[in-house]
Amino acid sequence: MRTSPFTEEHEQLRAAIRRFVTDELAPHAEAWEQAGWIDDWVWPRMGELGYLGLAVPAEYGGQGADYWATVVLAEELPRCGSGSVPMAIGVQTDMATPPILKFGTEEQKQAYLAPAVKGEKIAAIGISEPEAGSDVRAIRTRARRDGRDWIIDGAKLYITNGLRADFVTMVVRTAAAESDDPWSGISLFLVDTDLPGFEVARKLDKVGMRASDTALIHLDGVRVPGDALLGVEGHGFKQIMWQLQGERLIGAIGGVAAAQLMFERALAYTREREAFGRPIARFQATRHRLVDMATDIEQVRQLVYDACDRWNRGEYAVTEIAMCKLAAAQMSFRVADEALQLHGGYGYSREFPVERAWRDARLARVGGGSDEVQREIISKLLGL
Amino acid sequence: MKVIVPVKRVPDTAGDKPIDPNDRTVDRDSVESVLCPVNEFSIEEGVRLKEKHGAEVTVLLVGPDSAQPIVRKALSYGLDAAVQVSDEGIAGSDALGTARVIAKALESMEWDLVVFGNQSADARTCLVPAAVAELLGVPSLTFARYLEVDGDKAIAHREHEEGWDVVEAPLPAVVSVVEAINDPRYPSFKGIMAAKSKPLTVKSLADIGVDPASVGAGGAAATMYAFEPRPPKAAGTVVEDDGSGAAAEQLADWMTEKKFV
Repeated sequence: MRTSPFTEEHEQLRAAIRRFVTDELAPHAEAWEQAGWIDDWVWPRMGELGYLGLAVPAEYGGQGADYWATVVLAEELPRCGSGSVPMAIGVQTDMATPPILKFGTEEQKQAYLAPAVKGEKIAAIGISEPEAGSDVRAIRTRARRDGRDWIIDGAKLYITNGLRADFVTMVVRTAAAESDDPWSGISLFLVDTDLPGFEVARKLDKVGMRASDTALIHLDGVRVPGDALLGVEGHGFKQIMWQLQGERLIGAIGGVAAAQLMFERALAYTREREAFGRPIARFQATRHRLVDMATDIEQVRQLVYDACDRWNRGEYAVTEIAMCKLAAAQMSFRVADEALQLHGGYGYSREFPVERAWRDARLARVGGGSDEVQREIISKLLGL
Repeated sequence: MKVIVPVKRVPDTAGDKPIDPNDRTVDRDSVESVLCPVNEFSIEEGVRLKEKHGAEVTVLLVGPDSAQPIVRKALSYGLDAAVQVSDEGIAGSDALGTARVIAKALESMEWDLVVFGNQSADARTCLVPAAVAELLGVPSLTFARYLEVDGDKAIAHREHEEGWDVVEAPLPAVVSVVEAINDPRYPSFKGIMAAKSKPLTVKSLADIGVDPASVGAGGAAATMYAFEPRPPKAAGTVVEDDGSGAAAEQLADWMTEKKFV
């Protein structure tokens, strides 16, 4: 029997976060869904509570905890009832800012990471474009030097927090790829969103994650200073591949947590709902499906915990993380679909929270590298 | 300024609290123990006194060694140190016995102000804070919904059925607070981690000079003779609205009868 990776202190943190999520976030989930917007106060409030920098060192305002504290947060946030919240916060804490801590200068850490940890600055990550997503080499957003500055032109698509972000951690081409290194010529930049030429072209309408703002961004001659370059010029591909590991892992943890919540709801509902004279959970057909859901969740949870353990120990576990991402994305949608089915007509109704979770869960198979891309990564690493 | 915040370990307030028929006390092995929810408000007052006046705040808990996680939990909110009185002789104490132990423990410590919760979530007697003040011969400001310290006096708003009174007392004093007094914060991860290394002193009854005969089941002034489970909730009255307005009348009659209006 595997022992829990969580210490007593992690469990106390979990209790505090769960209370915050239940008391302060959950009451707003429905209104945020209707408005297509999470209230801005969520960032500074979570910053005040220390939740935007659990694993960030104390010198940048963080809590200095290990990765398991981050896991606790990612497991608890879905309990607010809106998948948009863990996504928006996950972008802030585990997608847009870790590259600053890993590759940034001290000045960049103080100027971007520290205020992001406080929730004073909202962060976004800019990788995808209208004609390039997982194929990072194909990006066309281009920066050219102008004295000590850079001028950026291009477009970024599917940008979570895109309407409200103060800065975007952005993947930009700074040179053509060299013939002997097809991954070269790409760099990372920290781009302030209030610069002239930075424009939110439109807010995207989506099937799920509706409370989260997703933008198409146009960059038209955006002049950034030389110190907006993050990490080493031309090494952006390697840097963003590292970033994607954290992004996929946090997504997988959230997927398992969302599935767990769906399962708990299905369990409660089928125990209560009666048909033909007894609770439907007492029918073997229902019971076995609940068992399959629980088993499905537990398998993926253990796979994800193993990858978290590797990540926490500093191992660069690309294969395992791709497997987690693939398994969790598929499982969480499968479980959400079963939960909807077990809720019958109520499951399809907007009056129950199941349909929202079902719509939200669908994203994971597409975002952060689709199922197909994860399979391609794994095949490559298997030497196929 | 030195402040003491006494806290209590209680059975999980959400769960059933079965009574052990042998000693007529709550069967603690069958329920999970938690920090008394009322203490979150007294601890928050302690933290605020620390922030505002630089007070040094110590947690005091009377309870067995197994209650130590509760002490750590209380410390995780940002308090400085803890004293735990642990002694088998305390088992079965009533409110007066508990007050005797706390009063003696307080005599062995330095303090200007003691901030209690007004009642514990399990026994709910509301007796202990005033009894402790009486035993120590210091003023007590109970049921405070507002508290401030101004120089060498404590000022409180004492809650009652018709509103509140503004009361004050010179320090040292004992205060008990009600839940309306503040909005408790959550412990931070830093606080949770720091709680592990904060000083905790464990004392026995002998250490604080308590006569064992005056506390515990043997020293109890109150005796429980019998207990029975709470009767099941009676079914409510359902008023059907047939559109004639009779339902509204029925409802109004019922509310008048129950003195709601």
